[in-house]
Amino acid sequence: MLVLECPYCGVKAEETELSPGYEAHLKRFGPGSSDEEFESYMFARKNPKGVHFERWRHVYGCGKWFLAARCTATLEVFGTYPAQSSEPPADLVAKIKAKRPDWKGYK
Amino acid sequence: MSTRLAKGGRLIDRTATQEFSFNGKRLKGFKGDTLAAALLANDQMLVGRSFKYHRPRGIVAAGPEEPNALVNLGRGGRFEPNQRVTTTELFEGLEAKSQNHWPSLEFDVGVVNNYVARFLPAGFYYKTFIHPRPFWKHVFEPIIRQSAGLGAAPKDRDADRYEQAYAFCDLLVVGGGIAGLQAALVAGRAGARVILLEQTAHFGGRAVVDGEVIDGKPADAFVTAALAELGGMANVTVKARTMGAGVYDHGYVLADEKVADHTPGDGRPKHRLWRIRAGKILTATGAIERPLSFAGNDIPGVMLAASVRDYVVNFAVSPADRTVVVTNNDDAYRTAIALKEAGLAVPAIIDARSNVTGELPARARSLGIRIEAGRGVAKVLGGKRVTGVSICLQAGEGAVIDEIACDAVAMSGGWSPVVHLWSHCGGKLNWDTTNAHFRPDAARPPLNHDGGAMVYAAGIANGAMTTAAVLADADAQAQAAVTALGMAPKPAELPYAAPVVEGAMEAVWIMPQGATAPLKSKMWLDYQNDVKVSDVQLAAREGYESVEHTKRYTTLGMATDQGKLSNINGLAVLAGALNEDIPQVGTTTFRPPYTPVTLGALAGEARGEIFQPLRRTPMHAWHEKNGAYMEPVGLWRRPYTFPRTGETHEQAVHREVLNTREKLGLLDASTLGKIIVKGPDAGRFLDMLYTGVMSTLPIGKCRYGLMCNEQGFLSDDGVVARIDEETWLCHTTSGGADRIHAWMEDWLQCEWWDWKVYTANVTEQYAQVAVVGPNARKLLEKLGGMDVSKEALPFMQWADGTLGGFPVRVYRISFSGELSYEIAVPASHGAAFWEACHKAGAEFGAMPYGTEALHIMRAEKGFIMIGDETDGTVIPQDLNLDWAISKKKDDFLGKRGQQRNHLASPDRWKLVGFEALDGSVIPDGAYVVDSGVNGNGQRNVQGRITSTYFSPTLKKGIAMGLLKHGPKRMGEVVEFGTFKNGVQGTLKARVVDPVFFDKDGEKQNV
Amino acid sequence: MKRYSVFAIAREAMRHHTGWERAWRSPEPKKQYDVVIVGAGGHGLATAYYLGKNFGITNVAVIEKGWLGGGNTGRNTTIIRSNYLQDPSAAIYEKARSLYETLSQDLNYNVMFSPRGLLMLAQTHHEVRGYLRTVHANALQGVATEWIEPARVKELVPIINIDGPRYPVLGALYQARGGTARHDAVAWGYARACSAMGMDIIQQCEVKGVRSEGGAVTGVDTTKGFIGTKKLGIVVAGHSGQVADMAGFRLPVEAVALQALVSEPIKPCMDVVVMANTVHGYMSQSDKGEMVIGGGTDGFNNFTQRGSFHHIEETLRALIETFPMISRLKMLRQWGGIVDMTGDRSPIISKTPLGNCFINCGWGTGGFKAIPGSGWAMAELMAKGEPGALAKDFSMWRFKEGQFIDESVAAGVAH
Repeated sequence: MLVLECPYCGVKAEETELSPGYEAHLKRFGPGSSDEEFESYMFARKNPKGVHFERWRHVYGCGKWFLAARCTATLEVFGTYPAQSSEPPADLVAKIKAKRPDWKGYK
Repeated sequence: MSTRLAKGGRLIDRTATQEFSFNGKRLKGFKGDTLAAALLANDQMLVGRSFKYHRPRGIVAAGPEEPNALVNLGRGGRFEPNQRVTTTELFEGLEAKSQNHWPSLEFDVGVVNNYVARFLPAGFYYKTFIHPRPFWKHVFEPIIRQSAGLGAAPKDRDADRYEQAYAFCDLLVVGGGIAGLQAALVAGRAGARVILLEQTAHFGGRAVVDGEVIDGKPADAFVTAALAELGGMANVTVKARTMGAGVYDHGYVLADEKVADHTPGDGRPKHRLWRIRAGKILTATGAIERPLSFAGNDIPGVMLAASVRDYVVNFAVSPADRTVVVTNNDDAYRTAIALKEAGLAVPAIIDARSNVTGELPARARSLGIRIEAGRGVAKVLGGKRVTGVSICLQAGEGAVIDEIACDAVAMSGGWSPVVHLWSHCGGKLNWDTTNAHFRPDAARPPLNHDGGAMVYAAGIANGAMTTAAVLADADAQAQAAVTALGMAPKPAELPYAAPVVEGAMEAVWIMPQGATAPLKSKMWLDYQNDVKVSDVQLAAREGYESVEHTKRYTTLGMATDQGKLSNINGLAVLAGALNEDIPQVGTTTFRPPYTPVTLGALAGEARGEIFQPLRRTPMHAWHEKNGAYMEPVGLWRRPYTFPRTGETHEQAVHREVLNTREKLGLLDASTLGKIIVKGPDAGRFLDMLYTGVMSTLPIGKCRYGLMCNEQGFLSDDGVVARIDEETWLCHTTSGGADRIHAWMEDWLQCEWWDWKVYTANVTEQYAQVAVVGPNARKLLEKLGGMDVSKEALPFMQWADGTLGGFPVRVYRISFSGELSYEIAVPASHGAAFWEACHKAGAEFGAMPYGTEALHIMRAEKGFIMIGDETDGTVIPQDLNLDWAISKKKDDFLGKRGQQRNHLASPDRWKLVGFEALDGSVIPDGAYVVDSGVNGNGQRNVQGRITSTYFSPTLKKGIAMGLLKHGPKRMGEVVEFGTFKNGVQGTLKARVVDPVFFDKDGEKQNV
Repeated sequence: MKRYSVFAIAREAMRHHTGWERAWRSPEPKKQYDVVIVGAGGHGLATAYYLGKNFGITNVAVIEKGWLGGGNTGRNTTIIRSNYLQDPSAAIYEKARSLYETLSQDLNYNVMFSPRGLLMLAQTHHEVRGYLRTVHANALQGVATEWIEPARVKELVPIINIDGPRYPVLGALYQARGGTARHDAVAWGYARACSAMGMDIIQQCEVKGVRSEGGAVTGVDTTKGFIGTKKLGIVVAGHSGQVADMAGFRLPVEAVALQALVSEPIKPCMDVVVMANTVHGYMSQSDKGEMVIGGGTDGFNNFTQRGSFHHIEETLRALIETFPMISRLKMLRQWGGIVDMTGDRSPIISKTPLGNCFINCGWGTGGFKAIPGSGWAMAELMAKGEPGALAKDFSMWRFKEGQFIDESVAAGVAH
């Protein structure tokens, strides 16, 4: 039963207030993209046993989508940040690296 | 025999007698008794039968670890199987019946299994019942099933109710013994919000039973003072009868409060389920005594040593006149002393250790008790009740040295900390060789959301084995937890308990150590499931070496106590058989709940009408009053039809269709999704969302639109109205409103976050009435107000105004092919407007119609329905909706997906109409067969039905469906595979235009 | 291998069961095998078994990082059915179901397949239409199912409440030869049979890397050293992504937690399996008497084998509404497993970008029922190097083509 802090309204939201949205920072491929690009956009999801970046919506709260960095093996939450980010904020990446020296980094 | 002592009993009130019954016998107990205590006071040691061999079973324990003494409790709507007598508080009128026997507890035919037990070793059913094949289902399994189960199946609906509640705290302390109390005091004094849970009705745990002395006073005084101090703290909540059931991630704890189990029918909820979110959790959950494995250790009268003194001290119940104590540690001597002090006989203490030197043995000796050191029990004598024990050398093979008559055996194999809650979220354990138990490894705790420790174990639950150590550990752990929470513990003196010099315990897993095979096949590990030492050794021998394999192969620890008594002994035996160390073998996984939780409590109050939230339109009450037959549509309920007296649903639906086509029908369309999309970039946004172009839609006009997911599959449809320069109103399907609104927000927030667009789901802000049929305009004109003429309000336009005094927005759209107005009014006016329409419409033949008539009319017109013509695999092109897909747009959601090979294939199944050659209704879901079979021998198919109805308008069956190359095959006769009442058949049908009625749309254009 | 029978039991009983041999050997790995299967769950073991039985390939090792049958094989709700809508699914699940019919005899190990009948309740008109479609599809696929009316539902399941105020039962899709089996026994029976054919089942052996040469696999690095092989099968369910990473390709798979629970055992009161998809709950009663209840999946990647508790509450609400008499039973144990979900929620049985390396994964919430069919199809793929009819539609490349096998069409959930 996760608790994630919504970066918009500051509420420490329980999982039942949230709606999950799987992998964050996907790049959309539309018309003009190759079959491989489109397949990768639709299906080739990251599935690490460890640090993962993912989307959540504070659906029964402020309604905002946000992003979270979370460990899929321990459920530790490293931080949350606005959905309007094209990649994880540098300070969050630094924090994760400090906690998980073996982490290969985002991407 | 077991009986009530003349005096004593900490927890009973001898002035309050309570009558209860067991197997129909009227018996008496005292207020404060557990059912177990009251049964023992009435010499009812035999209380049940074991699962597999139907062996007689007596009360073994005094707490939640009890594996044997389960009863069917109560009757009717308050009947409850598998109720543990040791945790059931006695109440006036309690009715209990023993389980798992036939015809009676004393004479159970199933015991025949016991006599053939040697043919039924662990896993015997995997090795037999294999031939002949049909016998498993028809002969063997039914027999096994009949002997399965414990308690009877309830028959009635639960007469009780349950509550659920939330609570929040900084520190949750689980366990109300002296460790839990001390921890709560430390945290409470530091100002932390504390919740303290105790599973029983009483605080103090073992210390108060064992006569421990704290700060020079009996432990009871410490407990009373602690509760008083905690009671005075506004930041502390103390809850009795509340079991910490499970620890889940991020500090979520489930706790089950037994509110009215002991006062059934008093109007309070039976249980209250607490969902607690805690900053940190401290488990002061104590320890459970382990049985010893000796032959006949399952005979009624063999009990846990500490439980024996629980009965004596708490309830003044003597389990027996003569009790032999068997032990490998000093603690069991307390039982001998307590019995002796209560005036009962202790013929001997059989101690497996050859060197017995502690203070407690010295006291026992001084009381004149015979101590047999270095000895073990060769065998317990007796059948349905212990009559004696034969003793042997512990180091030997079981040669009998002596026999001692007794009617109970109090055994102690040492103590296992209760580590369940510590382990639920992955806390790790260390093997403690000194005390021969697993205890929490503080270096590897379960982790919280921040990666820090989530749980702290304290007291004996953490392996602290003396009162002094328990208090010190609880104090230290609580301080650590409070500090980790960012608070400062207040300095305070640690309560003092004098150190007791106890001799070291000695791990004893089998008694005697060199027991022969016949003895080992009489040593029970799991009493309820009848798992013996020989079974575990057999499993190991056969290669079921992992502790999980052994558990599953033998069913060790899978009974209702989940191995509270048996697991450690079992895995020690396994380790012995494998020649491995115990920690190497490891434990099975601890899973919630700690003790079983009533399903009703987990479901809470969500039952019957409020099983799920119910969404009602403003006209809902009218529908119910007017006899509507409702169907669930998402969380809404919509009228399916409005049957009149004597009508079948089908007749009612046909009447509604014909009346609407000929006169006037009224539909509550309020559930239709309504989403406002507004902003400078709203048009651009909708052009991405819909397959068609919405940005060019003129103000005042309506346009039908399709939405696809990124795969390209059709996801929703509806009419879009342009309200003003920056505002569009998007109608969605009833079931799709919330999903589509979320979909819009997803794209706006996560992909095109620089676009200036707002959305609002206003579905419930408006009631909507469809006024449909040739008389529709007449009704509106009679209501009076705005101009609804063909000229003022042509097809696919909308206008604001008033009708009958109501503020309305009128859309001229049609889902039936008739002259049709959909009229939105503010929700608060919905019911009144609906009634006004009926009143004014009476003279024009107005009747309400439901969803089924709606479906039929749209099918007659060949209009698609999301969920019927689509199923998540259909693209708009399949439905010949190419006209609603813009060719000019570079991009829209789904466009790229639709370009993939399989979706762009010319061989896709496409929408057509079907008419059975005999005019019948083609069965729902039927497939169009093709010649031959595929590689897997399945009949080839080339199409299928998507909608099929009897058309009351056309007086024949009509159907829509998908067919390979469909539109090119008009007039062709195809064959459907039918399947009815188990009979496969075929039905021939002609491929036709899916628009069956009014092909030119003249009826709606008037 | 000494055969199991009632006579063997009688013989052993006379000597206190000291003469039973190991159900499977516990060998050290050899240097080289013809085939290495990673994952000794039901699917991996069944693959090995049919490699031996159907193709005579027995120089096989099945390697397992934990204990055999310890993943989803040992933690599912044991339902067996084949009433699927789409042709490829119906084919492989029906193949599996029909193999289950005789599996105890094939393996000489009682897996307790119990074709006690399975009902999928229809509780909305939409669901009625969906199941009617399934019945028609199944008839043409050779899968015996039928549509039954509420009165018949009540007859088959006396404890059901068919007149619930919110979702009355409108009928059901009935598969009379669907049912359950003893999950552990399936793994154990296959393991014993594989071992008897001379195959090596190597437990406590974790794969650390996949080696290849010239685009084809040559072996695996494990905690017990390097093991060479001509062909590699990856059959590791929830950890497919991790092993695929080692083999150098990415799978369209995500791991999420699926939960289940059992009640305390009671005397038999329900002989069939009931699934209620509208309200999201399903239940059967085990031979021990426990009510076995399946819960939902979380919507986020999770490798903890623990799910979120609110799913348990939702499931129980649905089931108490459907079976009011269970309200006073007690939850004995709840648990979770890691399931691997693909983009269309259907499995992958496929060649991979790495030569001689094959993958079988993506069974999601429905793998147990498929074990024999999955092993059969995977064995054929590995033996021949090309998929047979059963496997060909389950290629990992179907997503690129947009050629899904989407079962959610027929029912909300696919258990």
